[in-house]
Amino acid sequence: MSATSHLLKVVIQTVMAAPMTNDQSWFYALALGVSFLKCLLINAYHSTDFEVHRNWLALTHSLPVSQWYYEATSEWTLDYPPLFAWFEYGLSHIACFFDKEMLVVPNLNYASPATVLFQRLSVIVADVVFFYAVKECCKCLREDKGKDLLGKPSFILTVLLLWNFGLLIVDHIHFQYNGFLFGVLLLSIARHCQNRHFEGAFLFSVLLNLKHIYLYIAPAYGIYLLRCFCFTQSNADGSLQWRSFSVVRLVILGTIVLSTFAVSFGPFIALGQLPQVLSRLFPFKRGLCHAYWAPNIWALYNIADKAFSILGVKFRLLDINKLPKASMTGGLVQEFQHSVLPSVSPLATLVCTLLSILPALFKIWHRPNGARGFLRCLVICALGSFMFGWHVHEKAIMMAILPLSLLAVDSRKDAGIFLMLSVTSHYSLFPLLFTTQELPIKIFLMLLFTIFSLASLKTLFRKGGALLNPLEVTYLLGLIPLELICEFVYPLTVWQKTFPFLPLMLTSVYCALGVTYAFIRLYISLLTCSDTTKKTKMQ
Amino acid sequence: MENWSLFSLCVLLGLTSRWAVSFHSYSGAGKPPMFGDYEAQRHWQEVTYNLPVHEWYFNTTNNDLNYWGLDYPPLTAYHSLVCAYVAKLLNPEWVELHASRGYESHSHKLFMRATVLFTDILIYIPAVLLYCFYFCDGSSKQKVATALCILLYPGLILIDYGHFQYNSVSLGLALWGILGLGLGWDLFGSLAFTLALNYKQMELYHSLPFFCYLLGKCIKQGLIGRGFFQLAKISLTVLVTFALCWMPFLSDPKQPLQVLHRLFPFGRGLFEDKVANTWCSLNVLIKIKTLLSRETQLFLSFALTLLFILPSSLKLLSKPNLWQFKLALVNSSLAFFLFSFQVHEKSILLAALPVCLVINEIPLIAIWFLLTSTFSMLPLLVKDGLLLPYVVTSLAFLFLSLYLLSALERSTEEELRLGLYRKLTRHWLPKLNLSRIIKWKFWFSLVAMAALSFTSVWLEPPAKFPDLFPVLVSILSFLHFLGFIIYFNLVQLMEPQRKKSQKKTN
Repeated sequence: MSATSHLLKVVIQTVMAAPMTNDQSWFYALALGVSFLKCLLINAYHSTDFEVHRNWLALTHSLPVSQWYYEATSEWTLDYPPLFAWFEYGLSHIACFFDKEMLVVPNLNYASPATVLFQRLSVIVADVVFFYAVKECCKCLREDKGKDLLGKPSFILTVLLLWNFGLLIVDHIHFQYNGFLFGVLLLSIARHCQNRHFEGAFLFSVLLNLKHIYLYIAPAYGIYLLRCFCFTQSNADGSLQWRSFSVVRLVILGTIVLSTFAVSFGPFIALGQLPQVLSRLFPFKRGLCHAYWAPNIWALYNIADKAFSILGVKFRLLDINKLPKASMTGGLVQEFQHSVLPSVSPLATLVCTLLSILPALFKIWHRPNGARGFLRCLVICALGSFMFGWHVHEKAIMMAILPLSLLAVDSRKDAGIFLMLSVTSHYSLFPLLFTTQELPIKIFLMLLFTIFSLASLKTLFRKGGALLNPLEVTYLLGLIPLELICEFVYPLTVWQKTFPFLPLMLTSVYCALGVTYAFIRLYISLLTCSDTTKKTKMQ
Repeated sequence: MENWSLFSLCVLLGLTSRWAVSFHSYSGAGKPPMFGDYEAQRHWQEVTYNLPVHEWYFNTTNNDLNYWGLDYPPLTAYHSLVCAYVAKLLNPEWVELHASRGYESHSHKLFMRATVLFTDILIYIPAVLLYCFYFCDGSSKQKVATALCILLYPGLILIDYGHFQYNSVSLGLALWGILGLGLGWDLFGSLAFTLALNYKQMELYHSLPFFCYLLGKCIKQGLIGRGFFQLAKISLTVLVTFALCWMPFLSDPKQPLQVLHRLFPFGRGLFEDKVANTWCSLNVLIKIKTLLSRETQLFLSFALTLLFILPSSLKLLSKPNLWQFKLALVNSSLAFFLFSFQVHEKSILLAALPVCLVINEIPLIAIWFLLTSTFSMLPLLVKDGLLLPYVVTSLAFLFLSLYLLSALERSTEEELRLGLYRKLTRHWLPKLNLSRIIKWKFWFSLVAMAALSFTSVWLEPPAKFPDLFPVLVSILSFLHFLGFIIYFNLVQLMEPQRKKSQKKTN
């Protein structure tokens, strides 16, 4: 309570102190505004993730550490790394002031008003980390003086991050703690931009111990730190100078990372529970695609398989009796059996992911191009794993969109890619909120974010023509009829009963096209951009 | 950024907050046997759909007037009928005669909320946008900021999307009327206002300024000749609109009389519940309700109301411009709220609408008023389970409007319209800094309201005075409103010629 009142005091002072443009008060206004919006969403629909986190609160609160990764009363067992468990443990000490009942493990699906209030508020308050990180990121931007507020890159970036549609609906309606986690990620990126590499590395290793999905972008961090930090100098053409290798830096980095992991996993290693913890963190029993296909390569692969099998049956190339039976209910069953194309194994997805990020890694090794190159490589790692990963959730796309926002306010090419990717993948998040009550709010918020990003980036890059070419515009406009058909027309038709999954499939395939396109464009821009012409901040 | 994108962002923010508030509870949710305004609106759909027009306002076997009988003018009834047709299409159970009484379900709540959103998008929001586009001084950013503040006014959002009513229809129509008059389309303006009046009889609070503005304008054009012709056209428009609205009730003279009887229930007494007006506050000291006869009460309230609206109306009559018109609307609706017979706490929204319209000219006072008006409905909102949205929307409105309109910087004596005051006090108190005093009062009153909100929610009232907190809330808001009516009257009556608003009006 006192923290909030302090924040309010700061805001009042900043508001009272100065007029609109020449200071940072707009940042507080934006942060406060979005926090109020989040507070209004407290009573909105929440998914099973709410119960997941309540269960984790309960089990970290009432069980000894040695039981955390063995407890299985609820089906939502603890599957985040230890630091996140400690985070929940810390929260649980505040939770008991709201409602003690939520901290009892057997109280499954407990959701009293006080519990809802506490859990929602914990997400909202944890976002303070995110606010701070965004503020730090804004400092890394070069600022055009004299422009009006709405055209400033830092203002635009702040809105793109703080008011991000995906974060709002995933965290504050669906329920997760991504804002806080992305806060740590963005802060670590900001630290790298500010040449404070040890802090950056530390923050990233903390992040890995909070949620291990960020392992996907670890290669970018590893290569970047090795290349740009452990090697202290480059040749004039940007290529590697082998003799400038600094062992001290490598050792310090290694110590930082390893000690973070030691603090996090140490107790479990000492208890001899490491295999159990790891088996919880990496469950490979799930299928290739989530129940709702994330818009990636495998969605396209699945649909191609389906198309081939239908065509095959039609032209009598395939025998209908020999096809796997469940294949027509795809989108609802977890295990999708391919009928024509070969089935995909976890190992194959891993190889594909690695192959997809390898050129990017090689590129920043060869010609690092400073913090921008690193960021671009990071986005490609996130996107590559999203495109080819095993059992990817649609939410994972946030890992690419948020860092890409940083690039979008910096160059017009990236701005175009950002628009394509953010609009498409935000739309692909729509099925997360399937309740009628939330239908208007997701449309309003989506329009809000999309209109802002289109209009502001257009203003920012006023010179030099349109950001999107006619084809891209047509594709994006196609989302409107898609939404109308999927959520308004289709439920009224007779097929709703027999093929309820069709709208979801249509959505993920349509969005997969856009995401793939953005991925390819981003790749081209990474491989073709010449580092010598660009003035980099890092070196 | 272009104007259209700014305006659409502002509308979307307004819509988002509206729909987010609608997730919360409504009046009388799960409280049989009477439920609340939500059930009243649903019941009207049931009645208008199933019964013939001539039974709507009468107590019959199928229409129990004691159970949320229709007591709004015909347009509300027609609106209910249209909603009922849609409801029938979606789920016939919602409007089934008798059987649907007290019907509550999640999907029905969604339907009802959607009807509010629909009318809001159709009527109120475009009116606000047009108003800000045409009549706000300053850059386009300033216009958008004003529009955003008006759209985020918590009182209206909480009552329409929380408590459940269709105030955005009547207020929106009145705003269309103001727009029409401001743009010089007098016939359109009077048409829109007549519709507002036929949607909710409380719009009478605004009627005198409308009348005086139009009359004053006609007098200016010369009552013999063009002005008279104009006046005749306006009267004809009003009469025809009225006739059309009341058409189904005109066949039998008993019908309109019964409707009027339903619209003005003098039998219900001087005031009900706790409302922040003079009578309820005075009641703490003297029990007027028992002391005076009903007729005396009626006369007293009528006389006082008239006394308080006359000066501003006469001023408007002599100087019919938009600025005077807006102030007269504030003064008239506040006078009605404070002194007239049978006032509800929600009627403060009628005063809040014109105050919203001066938010760009006198930001600090307008914000103060709007927050007080929301605060005055606190007991109602707490009863409806709307505490969370009340706190959040009020705080959001406070910070956003102070920030966007830079209200605290724009509060010199000149900008607070206290110039004449200054001249008066210069001789006696030369060091007096009125602007600083007002700012301190503003913060002090905000703290008082916050404290009272806090205590009334978290503290148990003493057993002797179970109504202690609602009474305190209404007295505190009453004192504020009394101050505001004096302030706005002074501003209106002492206003020297203002060039900007003069230019805009015809």
